[in-house]
Amino acid sequence: MEQLIKDKIIQVKRGNRAAFEEVVAFFQDRIYHHCLRMIGNAHEAEDIAQEVFIRAYVNIHSFDERRKFSTWLYRIATNLTIDRIRKRKPDYYLDAEIKGTDGLDMYSQLASDHRQPDEEVEGLELKQFIHNEIANLPAKYRSIIMLRYIEEFSLNEISEIMDMPLGTVKTRIHRGREALRKKLRHV
Amino acid sequence: MKCKKEAIELMHRYLDGDILKEEETTLRKHLEECETCQQHFHELKRTVTLLQSTENIQAPDHFTASVMAKLPPEKKHVKYIKWFKLHPVLTAAAIFFIFMFGGVLTSWNQDNQLVVSKQEDLIIDGETVIVPHDVTVEGDLVVKNGNLIIEGTVDGNVTIINGQLIDEQPFDQEGLMASVGEVNGELTHVDQVFEWMLYHIKSFFKNVFAVD
Ligand SMILES: [Zn+2]
Repeated sequence: MEQLIKDKIIQVKRGNRAAFEEVVAFFQDRIYHHCLRMIGNAHEAEDIAQEVFIRAYVNIHSFDERRKFSTWLYRIATNLTIDRIRKRKPDYYLDAEIKGTDGLDMYSQLASDHRQPDEEVEGLELKQFIHNEIANLPAKYRSIIMLRYIEEFSLNEISEIMDMPLGTVKTRIHRGREALRKKLRHV
Repeated sequence: MKCKKEAIELMHRYLDGDILKEEETTLRKHLEECETCQQHFHELKRTVTLLQSTENIQAPDHFTASVMAKLPPEKKHVKYIKWFKLHPVLTAAAIFFIFMFGGVLTSWNQDNQLVVSKQEDLIIDGETVIVPHDVTVEGDLVVKNGNLIIEGTVDGNVTIINGQLIDEQPFDQEGLMASVGEVNGELTHVDQVFEWMLYHIKSFFKNVFAVD
């Protein structure tokens, strides 16, 4: 699959738009999912996910085909989502109203913090509950946990995507796992 | 072994596949005798399993189409430049044909006047060139924008461009060649633009590759 994507990218570099359309179709679900989990808002996530692909297209000539395309694409996605989170005004969280985002809505997150774990499980589907807990992680752990367990990148690839030393990736994944262990131990 | 400092650190390294054989043995031995760490390890592994079991989400409908619609417009000239760089031989050939085509069409359109390559002893009657009975043309004969009647002999190739070889005896059933005088060479009849171009290209190559 990686080779197929590489061939498509070479075609894109030669100016073939249709090849890029295939690349978008192939990655759209994963990139959108990543943005949604990072951002928590379906509308904003779609916006950013589209921006990821537009930037990839515009900067396609800076991509080195000897590397993995998905790593490069996720690097754009990670930079854009983290940048968006940083730019948010604090009152955003209070105004946020999220429709159809699988219980990622900020009110339910705030509310869930004050409830007992048992009640949480009762009120939410298990998978939604897990996603909520991922969403509650600080962004620096959240992105790495997402990349490791949802996107299934290796630690080395995550180090490349996040542009941080392997040691930092390991420390953060340990802390992220510990934080989630405490949240999910009663499930 | 300190549970918090050492054992938990080893658990995480185990989960990352980043653990040495002897460290793994150390961890296993500790887990056998420490219930707290056993519980901790169990919870960590379960957390990983739960994380991996989460459902995938699909992008909204028309996601790809919206991305494609938002891409910056294609810069045509950039595309051509890239194409030229990638196909230098084809580019050279294309440029050659553009020049050829341009030049040939210009000459095709510009001169509609009757041109005969040789005029000695030939009769020119309006738009018709006649090689009389008693005349032998030595060498090639080219007639452009006119018809040709051969009653005599041509010792060479005959080319008629944008014109016809006229049969003086229209009721002769034996065909064109029989009715004409002698052509001791090839008779070429060019009266289409395409053939005209081909003729030019052929003669161009003949000139280019001619060996004296
Ligand atoms: Zn212990």
